[in-house]
Amino acid sequence: MSLIHLVILSPFLLAILVPFAHKYFKSIHTGWFVLVLPLVLFIYFLQFLSTTMSGETYTSTMKWIPSIGIDFVVYLDGLGLLFALLITGIGALVVLYSIYYLSKEKEALNTFYVYLLMFMGAMLGVVLSDNLLVMYSFWELTSISSFLLISYWYHREKSRYGALKSMLITVFGGLAMLAGIILLYLITGTFSVRETIANVDIVTSHEFFVPALLLFLLGAFTKSAQFPFHIWLPDAMEAPTPVSAYLHSATMVKAGIYLVARMSPVFAGAPEWFWLVSGFGIVTLFWGSFSAVKQTDLKSILAFSTVSQLGLIMSLLGVGSAAAYYDYIDENAYTIATLAAVFHLINHATFKGSLFMVVGIVDHETGTRDIRKLGGLMNLMPITFTLAIIGAFSMAGLPPFNGFLSKEMFFTGMLQATEISSWNMETLGMIFPVLAWVASVFTFIYSMVLVFKTFTGKYQPEKLDKKPHEAPIGMLIPPIILASLVVIFGFFPMLLKGVIEPALYSILPSNVLSVEVKIYHWHGFNTELFMTIGVILVGVLLYLTVAKWGKIYEWFPQRLTLNKLYDGGLVALDRGSSAFTKSHMTGFIRDYLVMIFAFMVILLGLVLFSTGAFNVNLTNVEAVGIYEVILALVMVVSAMTILFTKSRLTAIISLGVVGYSMALFFVLFRAPDLALTQLIVETVSVALFLLCFYHLPELSKEIGKLRFRLTNFIISVSVGLIVIFIGLSVNSSRLFESISSYFEAASYEEAGGKNMVNVILVDFRGLDTLFEIAVLTIAAFGIYAMIKLRLTDKKGGVKGES
Amino acid sequence: MKVNDLILQTVTTLLSFIIIIFSVYLFFAGHYTPGGGFIGGLMTSAALVLLLLAFDIKTINTIFPFNFMTVAAAGLLISVLTGVGALFFDVPYLTHTFDYVELPILGETALASTLIFDLGVYLVVVGVAMTIIQTIGESE
Repeated sequence: MSLIHLVILSPFLLAILVPFAHKYFKSIHTGWFVLVLPLVLFIYFLQFLSTTMSGETYTSTMKWIPSIGIDFVVYLDGLGLLFALLITGIGALVVLYSIYYLSKEKEALNTFYVYLLMFMGAMLGVVLSDNLLVMYSFWELTSISSFLLISYWYHREKSRYGALKSMLITVFGGLAMLAGIILLYLITGTFSVRETIANVDIVTSHEFFVPALLLFLLGAFTKSAQFPFHIWLPDAMEAPTPVSAYLHSATMVKAGIYLVARMSPVFAGAPEWFWLVSGFGIVTLFWGSFSAVKQTDLKSILAFSTVSQLGLIMSLLGVGSAAAYYDYIDENAYTIATLAAVFHLINHATFKGSLFMVVGIVDHETGTRDIRKLGGLMNLMPITFTLAIIGAFSMAGLPPFNGFLSKEMFFTGMLQATEISSWNMETLGMIFPVLAWVASVFTFIYSMVLVFKTFTGKYQPEKLDKKPHEAPIGMLIPPIILASLVVIFGFFPMLLKGVIEPALYSILPSNVLSVEVKIYHWHGFNTELFMTIGVILVGVLLYLTVAKWGKIYEWFPQRLTLNKLYDGGLVALDRGSSAFTKSHMTGFIRDYLVMIFAFMVILLGLVLFSTGAFNVNLTNVEAVGIYEVILALVMVVSAMTILFTKSRLTAIISLGVVGYSMALFFVLFRAPDLALTQLIVETVSVALFLLCFYHLPELSKEIGKLRFRLTNFIISVSVGLIVIFIGLSVNSSRLFESISSYFEAASYEEAGGKNMVNVILVDFRGLDTLFEIAVLTIAAFGIYAMIKLRLTDKKGGVKGES
Repeated sequence: MKVNDLILQTVTTLLSFIIIIFSVYLFFAGHYTPGGGFIGGLMTSAALVLLLLAFDIKTINTIFPFNFMTVAAAGLLISVLTGVGALFFDVPYLTHTFDYVELPILGETALASTLIFDLGVYLVVVGVAMTIIQTIGESE
């Protein structure tokens, strides 16, 4: 374990302390304690800039489960560092913002910051893990923490709905990705990304290549809210605004982008990858921007805008992947698309982060986010207005802000896509620039809506819950910093060279060696500039005439949306599974036992007799002693007593006798550990039986029916027979040497214990035991919860599940 | 209904102590002779069950004023943390170690990190058994 491992795990460690800080320092906002961490981490990661700029990477390994190739390997390269800086940098600003956004009197701050820290750590783990399975664990942890954050205001039904939706969709994608990881492992035999990239030739030619590619993309698309999985993102806006700014614009949703970028060296160059990534990206870009225009909630506009911007970055990565295929072209024509993707990734984090914070301020100060109620806030909130202008104009791609630069490069990338002379691009290539241009027009429109509908026009104080005024300074600082970055990166884009270049090296295949980052404001009167001018002209025109054409949105049938599909699917799934469950879950434990035993008998019997495993060879059987005979007789008699007794008490005691005789058998066969365990388990379970003795119904009533008795008879006899058969067969045929000799030899040597059973339990198979006690604990909690719920149901009349 | 259980109660008070002490012995002896966290824990719960049968739940709660669910959770935490501890020595999760040390009274003694893990198992078993028995018993 090295420092960087601790750095990644530090948010989790701090999360443990947060509840205490919240409890004992009530007068101080918990956020101040949390704020320190991302700041320190940001500075820590900054020092790696020199490493990545010189083209080097940093690796550190911590052994975790080395026997199956799972180690916590931290791999820090340009791409990982870029993301780490985004996560900690924006994280610090968001925490600062949240201190003013969430009131320390009203909100449950301890849970909020625990979830936020959990998320931060998980995100760092995703972008810095080299081992795919470790990355996957962190990946799912981001889904879980985002679920918790979205449902932070869990008393609102919409919050719970949004949280569930985001989790169902992203976890579904995550599971698909897990399958992809396993397929990749089957191809290469390693979970390491770097080793997979090194074996890229084997991967590409393997029959699992396309399935693995599809599964990985499913994970990336669901996380990054690509069409048609984008439906969770607008609903996730029910989360507090700092969360939206952090998770749903700057970091988590970009995990999908990260994945595509990270796996590009493996998959790029395949036509499937190119078409899927760029195709889904461009469709998402268009659909997101088109849908954003009709929204009336400020956060919904931003949500759809994020969807479309993620699509933009995705499509750029797709086009950029062509560079891997056309490596014989001397100029790295297609690398500009990847460059644009990385550049826009940073720009998007800055302007969208600041816009979310601005919207949060508006919401906080006026009590509404509905643009139909807002208007004329310009004079009341001049600083917020300025910030909104900077953010929105950058988003619309207007000079001199950074969004303009990346949008021009985006156009360049899309225009170059038409020049690809393969993969059917000759006929379909024109789709890319055309859709990109149309989407940019819509982007322009919603950016203008965002600013001008909120801050100009008629001031309607009667529709607002609060009297608006400028936000407190602490709430303004984070968006001011982000907006300044928007301007600074707009004027001096080359400042980012040191961050972008190493990231490009990580994404692009190694054969594209010389990438030089050059970003200019003025690149002559070319097609891109004319496209931008066109966007502005058409955008202004459409913005002014929105009342006339805005009705096209009503043409879309409301019944046929993806959301309806999701809701309907969920209901159908619920109904189907409950119908299926009800068909065999009767609620009677005897029915379940019948099912379990019948299944066991049939399965074991079939296997035993179909494979011919059943053979009895009594040659090496020990002689039966007198004690064994007596014990067996006692057992048979007491078992028979259970069958014929009319009293439940007798039955319980007879059952105990069977158990104790079993323990004596263990004693005879010199297994003291088993004997001890059996004895005490028997004691405790008989005591338990006696405790609930009073609640059980009369015995005679239950076993009255002949059919019931007959089923039980058949089941018990066949279970008994099958167990005897298996015991005899196992004893007669040995396929290989028993493992016990290994433990006999190793338990003292390696674990220092003479009691083999105990050594196996706690040392050799410690993980088993760990999970076993976890299961035990969960079972106890479950029993407690079920019984307590039923009690309150009966006594207090509290309606609960019973 | 008043039951005359004087003999049971007197014997139990004495016996349960012996059983608990024996269970602690079993727990510590586990690495070399039969015993260990699982058996020790079960034995302790058996003693507690005996007390429960002789007296009633309220008396038990005053004698052992713990929430047994907390006991189980604490045990699980100890076991998990023992495993995590290995990571700090740059060895895989749940790697154990042992050594022989000279202790003041006991002389040369084997100390194994598995003991701490086993302590977790012990606490979980006691906690779980008692939680189940208490909840079922309390519903009467």
